[in-house]
Amino acid sequence: MPHSRNIALTVNGERYEREVEVRLMLADFLRHHLGLTGTHLGCEHGVCGACTILLDGRSARSCLLLAVQCDGHDVMTVEGIAPSADALHPLQEAFRDHHGLQCGFCTPGMLTTLIEFLRENPDPTEEEVRIAISGNLCRCTGYQGIVAAALDAAKRMQAAPA
Amino acid sequence: MKPAPFAYTKARSVEHAVELAGRDGEARILAGGQSLIATLNMRLSRPTLLVDINGLDGLDGLALKDGAVEIGALVRHAQAGRSDIIAKNAPLIAKAIPHIGHPAIRNRGTIGGSIAFADPAAELPACLVALGGEVVIAGGRGERTVKADDFFTGLFETELGSDDVLKAIRVPAANAATRIGFAELARRHGDYALVGLAAAARAEGDGLADIRLAYFGVGATPVRARKAEAELARGALDDAVAALADDLDPPDDVQETGAVKRHLAGVLLRRVAKQLMEGRQ
Amino acid sequence: MSATGIGASVRRKEDQRFITGKGHYTDDISRPGQAHAYFVRSPHAHATVRGIDTAAASAKPGVLAILTGAQLAADKIGNLICGWMIHSKDGSPMNMAPHPALAAGKVNHAGDAVAVVIAETLAQARDASEAVKVDYQVLPAVVDPAKAQAKGAPQIHEGAPNNTIYQWEIGDSAAAEAVFKSAKHVATVDLINNRLVPNALEPRAALAEYDDGADSLTLWNTSQNPHVARLVISAFVGMAPEHKLRVIAPDVGGGFGSKIFIYPEEVVCLWAARKVGRPVKWTADRSEAFLTDCHGRDHVTHAELALDDNGRITGMRVKTIANLGAYMSTFSSAVPTYLYATLLSGQYEIPMIHCAVDAVYTNTVPVDAYRGAGRPEATFVVERLIEVAARQLGLDPAELRRRNFVKTFPYQTVVASLYDAGDYNASMKKAMDIHDVKGFGKRRRVSARSGKLRGLGYSTYIEACGVAPSAVVGSLGAGVGLWESAEVRVNPAGTVEVLTGCHAHGQGHETTFAQLVSERLGIPIEQVSVVHGDTDKVQFGMGTYGSRSGAVGMSAIAKALDKVEAKAKKIAAHLLEAAEADIVFQDGKFTVAGTDKSLAFGEVALGAYVAHKFPTGEIEPGLKEGAFYDPTNFTFPAGCHICEIEIDQDTGRTEIVAWTAVDDFGVVINPMIVEGQVHGGIAQGVGQALLEGAVYDADGQLVSGSFMDYAMPHAENFPSIKVDTTVTKCPSNPLGIKGCGEAGAIAAPAAVINAITDAVGHENVTMPATAQVVWAAVRKAKAVRAAA
Repeated sequence: MPHSRNIALTVNGERYEREVEVRLMLADFLRHHLGLTGTHLGCEHGVCGACTILLDGRSARSCLLLAVQCDGHDVMTVEGIAPSADALHPLQEAFRDHHGLQCGFCTPGMLTTLIEFLRENPDPTEEEVRIAISGNLCRCTGYQGIVAAALDAAKRMQAAPA
Repeated sequence: MKPAPFAYTKARSVEHAVELAGRDGEARILAGGQSLIATLNMRLSRPTLLVDINGLDGLDGLALKDGAVEIGALVRHAQAGRSDIIAKNAPLIAKAIPHIGHPAIRNRGTIGGSIAFADPAAELPACLVALGGEVVIAGGRGERTVKADDFFTGLFETELGSDDVLKAIRVPAANAATRIGFAELARRHGDYALVGLAAAARAEGDGLADIRLAYFGVGATPVRARKAEAELARGALDDAVAALADDLDPPDDVQETGAVKRHLAGVLLRRVAKQLMEGRQ
Repeated sequence: MSATGIGASVRRKEDQRFITGKGHYTDDISRPGQAHAYFVRSPHAHATVRGIDTAAASAKPGVLAILTGAQLAADKIGNLICGWMIHSKDGSPMNMAPHPALAAGKVNHAGDAVAVVIAETLAQARDASEAVKVDYQVLPAVVDPAKAQAKGAPQIHEGAPNNTIYQWEIGDSAAAEAVFKSAKHVATVDLINNRLVPNALEPRAALAEYDDGADSLTLWNTSQNPHVARLVISAFVGMAPEHKLRVIAPDVGGGFGSKIFIYPEEVVCLWAARKVGRPVKWTADRSEAFLTDCHGRDHVTHAELALDDNGRITGMRVKTIANLGAYMSTFSSAVPTYLYATLLSGQYEIPMIHCAVDAVYTNTVPVDAYRGAGRPEATFVVERLIEVAARQLGLDPAELRRRNFVKTFPYQTVVASLYDAGDYNASMKKAMDIHDVKGFGKRRRVSARSGKLRGLGYSTYIEACGVAPSAVVGSLGAGVGLWESAEVRVNPAGTVEVLTGCHAHGQGHETTFAQLVSERLGIPIEQVSVVHGDTDKVQFGMGTYGSRSGAVGMSAIAKALDKVEAKAKKIAAHLLEAAEADIVFQDGKFTVAGTDKSLAFGEVALGAYVAHKFPTGEIEPGLKEGAFYDPTNFTFPAGCHICEIEIDQDTGRTEIVAWTAVDDFGVVINPMIVEGQVHGGIAQGVGQALLEGAVYDADGQLVSGSFMDYAMPHAENFPSIKVDTTVTKCPSNPLGIKGCGEAGAIAAPAAVINAITDAVGHENVTMPATAQVVWAAVRKAKAVRAAA
């Protein structure tokens, strides 16, 4: 492979070692090399937010990160949000209860963005939530269900901290 | 959207980065990558080598030194936004940061990257100019500093040469007399500004001195409105707004005509002047 | 009402996989040995292709093949088609120009595909595409529909003189002329319905595989209607006979119309997969999506409304030029005609309407149905006219609407629509109460104190949904019937699979359709699964668009359920040793009337398959029934949206401060999902009104071709929207459903612009009403007032 590198990183708690082309984006690495297709690509120029993952706990666009840059780092994707195979994170539950998704394409980025936001803002206002997800486009919901879900998730998480 | 092929090297030190960049004329420094990688994906830029400076020691510091705040090139926007040092000593930057992109962008995007990329509609270059800051550059011929007023030379062009690495920016630390103001108009939150204004001044008696008005989104670089600064120093706000006709010559773009931008620049001047007069933010 | 039946806000069954990242969208699917396609696209809006040199590109690493339009033609791959024939008023058929999947000697819009590179990896395909040398002779381009028919305009297609596709009309122009001659009052508007890019968040994709053993093709694609895709690709493009082509539309990330159509890329992938002998995948990148997904709207309209002294409407005249882009897409011809002009009566009794529509070619991306398709354009015309008329007459805009509302049903409009049921005043009254319209004056004064302009705008819209009665659309030119199909398969243990010809891409059919089955068969919703989107699994169906899946698709399911129930009753009678007439089916139990003898639905299902206890000569074993349902009429959802805005006079920036929507969708299956549809529709309508617009420069370059440049609404652009309903049952289908998918997008633009013009006091506010547009209107209004 021209311009390739060996990388080792942790994704959703699991360690992976792979050889990758240096021009490979993290999003394509996750989707096509690790088969973690829950991370979606909607624009590949950093605007839509569908590809947002958590890199060392902080939200980042996986379309604007080279896979080689993540060597030695920790990545969490939508597949890693639920605490176990038969349980959901309170934010996931709130998304279902408040119809925070329709086609589901923006959902992984919304969830990862809000996980970081709610960690740092456990009791947000509606307006703060709206600003927090202003870097995530949703074409289906008009955002109202997503905002309601985030506000409710904050309450649930405060009532039963993880 | 997949980038054209390039080579990639993780620099071991600033000197190593300078050496790598100097060796390959088409090299680009990779910091936060929030603008650069988007242009790579679209194949709007095609470097042959990416020199990754992420993780280099000494570039992610934030410190108060000799009456100035020094912000390392790799300080992320979000890190600066959370910093008490910035909040206390560079309140203009603290005020501008929430306007830069969105949380995920600010987590990765760096202060140095924003300055080096020099988007004419970006917030931080204008803040640097408004604060009368300087840029610390490591290059093939050693280290040098360039005043903000001299740093931005054209559309996406700066004093940075092909073998230069931006190490840090420095801005004078705020004191009790420091007044700052910031406002921008954008289509949506987090978008690049249609027109924006970053301003700094020193309170003197009932008025203001050392006023620096740096507009963004109105030209190829941040634009100082020097005549308006002089009028504002006289306390003549209406004249300052009128003086923008001489100070600014914004080109038309898809969103706004130049004439409307000039009008909006006046609106922003009134809002920012109010902030300057109201006291330290 | 049961917890999972009709009318319950059941949490969606499909959510589990989407919130855990386990959905399967087309690009998530990979096949062994898969190769990747990258298209070489024209950078020019209009050019002759003098030659294509692929030699250097073919030698690049990983390249398997480079295919061009010449090879496509040599392999006799047919053109893409528009499936709805419109005749001009002189009787001549529309001028449908050839649309090859790869350009044949000429490109007609920036982004038109000229060749495709098939390579081992996507990056290699893209790398090699840059080495394909295309020799273009650039021609002058025309992008503005208002200029397309002008003398001397560049001619795009032979056979379409003056770039005119058709000149269509409805109504009697001479009679309308007479009405306007004697009119007491005439309100006039000149409107541009701005060109929009649908931008479903999932880019279009196609993955094609050829099985040479079976000589059959499989296509996974992002389609709203896989069966129609298969039909067109088989019968018109000639790729393979239908039984040798399987189309699978798995999870689809939003469509909004743009994924109804049959596109060049899926045709090319199928063709290439067979030629190269490898599965071929293509996924649009966002730049490509902007340049190839069909755009929406793009009308230029002059319209007039005649009224008498009492504020009664006496007539309407409309002249529209509709831009259909460089080629006629699948349903494009119907959008500015039968989906537009037939709604121009709005919610009003209008005795005379004439509408003339010229459809034109331009050097732009093809234009076709986008959420609402024709009906948003009609509503914008009607609701702007009525608002302008009210202001002109000095009447309260709600009062003018009330005076002219259709009040008795059924009501036959003069533009062919037969409104079956509604109560327009009820929706408006409820909306006005919820919105506190009475308090608006006070709120306006409060805004004024801080220098802000406040405005309130109504949109009392109507739409025609539930497409559509087959004979009716056939008489109007449709190439297909628009019925829907369903099959209800009851398994021996009593679980149920519902196979529907509809397709879901966000609408939640897996839940709502299951609710119907749960209610009708009295079984838990968990025992029902909905199967859609695979032509090998599901009987032929027409897909999802035009808010048809509830009204038409669920009616088909209801019909199949009737048959299931009827047969199950027969079987239950044998099992219970009772007369069939004595069997009552209720709450999932077959009971012998007046006794306590009963069997659960599952027991009868098992009995049907065991087939020990009934005469199989009379009653076939098994329990599986299918139905095709053809509606008797369109449905007519209608309602009232009220938008309240505040404008910063210094900057022209408009903020939506309150929104109330009261819609009459007939019977609602799942209120939570319906509300979500309303929210989403409003968001797209607000996007059109305030932010979105596809901008072409004079050379035909799409200037707004990225998410940086094409601004869609963010979360912070909305207040919390108040949604409510009124209900008049739809008499045209067994479930009483009208449909809800498009209402918000139809209602919203007029509500926003009516609010802005109310605030500003100046009618000329074009969409998108950006800060610059509104600021200019504020200045103009001030200048007019100063001069007065």
